[in-house]
Amino acid sequence: MSREEVVIAGFGGQGVLLIGKLLAQAALDAGREVSWLPSYGPEMRGGTANCTVVVSDDPIASPIVDHPRGVVAMNRPSLDKFEGSVEAGGFLVINGSMVDRGAERTDLLVVNVRSLEMAQELGNVKAANMIVLGALAGLSALVGLQQIRRAVEHAFEQKPRALEVNLRALEAGHALAQVEIVRAGAKGRGKGLDGSGGAGGAGNDSDGSACGLH
Amino acid sequence: MTGGEVVFSRPESLRRTPTHYCPGCTHGTAHRLVAEVLDELGIRERTVGVAPVGCAVFAYNYFNCDFLEAAHGRAPAFATGVKRVRPELIVFTYQGDGDLASIGLAEILHAANRGEKFTVVFVNNAIYGMTGGQMAPTTLPGQVTTTCPGGRDVEQVGYPLRVAELLATLRTPGYIARGSLHGPESIIASKRLVRRAFEHQVAGTCFGLVELLSTCPTNWGLTPMAACQWVVDRMIPYYPLGELKRPESATGQVAS
Amino acid sequence: MGCIMIFSGSEAAAKPRKLLMKGAEAIGEAAIRAGAKAYFCYPITPQTEVAEYLARRMPEVGGVFLQGESELAVANMLFGAAATGARVFTSTSSPGFSLMAEAMSYIAGAELPVVFINVMRCGPGLGGVLAAQSDYWQATRNSGHGDYRCPVLAPSSVQEAAELTLAAFELADRYRNPVIVLADGMIGQMMEPVMLEGLAAGEPVEKPWATQGCGGREPVVVKSLYLDPQVLERMNRRLAEKYAKMQTDEVQVELYNVRERHDLVVVAYGTMARICKTAIDRLGKEGLQVGLVRPITLFPFPVDAVHSAARHSAAGVVTVELSQGQMIDDVNLALGELGRSAFFGRSGGMVPTPDEVTRVFRDLVKRGAA
Repeated sequence: MSREEVVIAGFGGQGVLLIGKLLAQAALDAGREVSWLPSYGPEMRGGTANCTVVVSDDPIASPIVDHPRGVVAMNRPSLDKFEGSVEAGGFLVINGSMVDRGAERTDLLVVNVRSLEMAQELGNVKAANMIVLGALAGLSALVGLQQIRRAVEHAFEQKPRALEVNLRALEAGHALAQVEIVRAGAKGRGKGLDGSGGAGGAGNDSDGSACGLH
Repeated sequence: MTGGEVVFSRPESLRRTPTHYCPGCTHGTAHRLVAEVLDELGIRERTVGVAPVGCAVFAYNYFNCDFLEAAHGRAPAFATGVKRVRPELIVFTYQGDGDLASIGLAEILHAANRGEKFTVVFVNNAIYGMTGGQMAPTTLPGQVTTTCPGGRDVEQVGYPLRVAELLATLRTPGYIARGSLHGPESIIASKRLVRRAFEHQVAGTCFGLVELLSTCPTNWGLTPMAACQWVVDRMIPYYPLGELKRPESATGQVAS
Repeated sequence: MGCIMIFSGSEAAAKPRKLLMKGAEAIGEAAIRAGAKAYFCYPITPQTEVAEYLARRMPEVGGVFLQGESELAVANMLFGAAATGARVFTSTSSPGFSLMAEAMSYIAGAELPVVFINVMRCGPGLGGVLAAQSDYWQATRNSGHGDYRCPVLAPSSVQEAAELTLAAFELADRYRNPVIVLADGMIGQMMEPVMLEGLAAGEPVEKPWATQGCGGREPVVVKSLYLDPQVLERMNRRLAEKYAKMQTDEVQVELYNVRERHDLVVVAYGTMARICKTAIDRLGKEGLQVGLVRPITLFPFPVDAVHSAARHSAAGVVTVELSQGQMIDDVNLALGELGRSAFFGRSGGMVPTPDEVTRVFRDLVKRGAA
């Protein structure tokens, strides 16, 4: 039974719900079961927001998760709140542009993404969340880059001009995650990343190797 | 009887039902005006009426057309529901002052403001009739009722609401008029107003409301004739008659 | 936000596939597929997305969308619209549902088919906007005054929210009765894959009582006033027969891991039941047999299913709710001579995690064995 849960958290407006939706859509396109549960209410108004995405080969019982496989922390409060909850051997994506500390846990695969700076280099700071999504795609065992890419293409159907930079951002994030996976593998810390073997997300991409995109 | 000409008969839009209204009450007159207009416009078979809570709750026993019975004050919301789903139907509400101007003020105001294309017949007799003579939002200053035994004290409960004037301030086009049922002349004039309101609905022009000043001899404690005189002496000065707003007029507009 | 997931009707018609939809949107789309002609609403969290979805979709299908001035007005607009024979509905959340209670009573009294979606938030009062199941009593007894009841359907997934919305319209027409879809805030806000294919209205029900103008027939009156006590009691008896028929014919329940013998039996509904399932799966790996009875209809309540599952349970029954204990009344009624249910609930918008529920179940099993 393959199952993966990710919590994506940050300030409202950082695109955390969108990152989760794109991940969920990609998982659905890959034929998986999926649930996307947002935090909602007053905290949406400029406070912190998060969503939980569960991807599974089997029907999903609880959409609420105690110990997600991975956490994406777009800001410091999110890292403080969710770092401790990640399942042992899971992963952590830290938005280094907004978070002023590294991970405290040593049993996780950590990818630090300086998303704003990277997006600036790509020419559009708004693409920062796509870089994070790319990194997430690289770490996910159940959703591959190709599916995420299609979800992003669909999302920007009405904004073709913005699509190109967002796809480049996605790939940049993905590449960054690959580097971290290889480095962690060298240190022997990559274990537990996925249930079916392989070094990470790319190896499980049912649409073929993510390398084909580079 | 041969060769005779029928000069007066029961409109087809009224049923042959003995009235339950008190002697001297003008509800019967108001019913008849509406029924005559339905007949004259030939719309009875596609009309849906909405009855209020109050003395006219049994309006459907008199009108010979489809009817709904509303919750207290909610007739304009009922009518909105009918008219929005079936715009080809002719829809009217028949409401008293407690129903329309007190508990149902939000519903009438918003229906008028949305420009719902139905017709409201608003019977204002300055008192709660069915519950036995309590103060209404339209009760006149100093007027004695069972819940203002010393007369309406405007310091405590404010002045009577002038519903027609209130609705006439709305920017949304509408037909708003006030008539009186105290005597033959005013009844004939009132019928013209009712007819115009229905004509606007048939044409799909606008919301229409006709306020009809009415008597309540029982709860006023007056004879029917004295009650009619009371309308003239007391009500009309506070509630002036006439067309307050026509759809083509710019009443209620603000400079933009 | 949400630049994907924009769902258009033409896209849906193209080929059968699962769409990722919010519960609120799935409810709106299912209603359209059920043939709803009018939707009246007033914004309230956490279900305003239903209104936002239908503001766009209703005009596309030639239906009526109207934002009323209050829930009070909205519910009365539903009366008027339903009286014409059209399929009509609204959606709201707890405080708004309370305001609709007046009209619901009239609608039940006048025997009109109307669907009410209540996406519950936590109360009492203004309470909070987070998920809760604290309107169980209100929905299953009666929200308004008088001797009436409504079928109450409780979805536990987005797919089921769509299916039960459709089912609600069918039930409403068949019984000439208001029907409530009672969801918690998570169902409204969650996105899950939905298969809309196959969701379609059943055979139309004749509605000779509808006020559509009296051309060619005698006028009809839709009302709830009966001042003659004998007439009203006859009416009350007839309504009671209708509700009794619902209790024999319309019960829906899901049994999960229900077997011959259990260490523990759980009764839970909505999203809460799904959290319980995860706990049950985990305890299964520890060798504990925990069964779940998930009422899909809260009224009529699955009395027999609860009673029968509870008969062979070492640690008895536990009712789990997002409230301080409401459905437990029905569970205890169903248990009868078998005793009383234990209770575990969180409220105020707090939702227990699978860990928490697992601990509670494990403790109950231990205590039952002791």
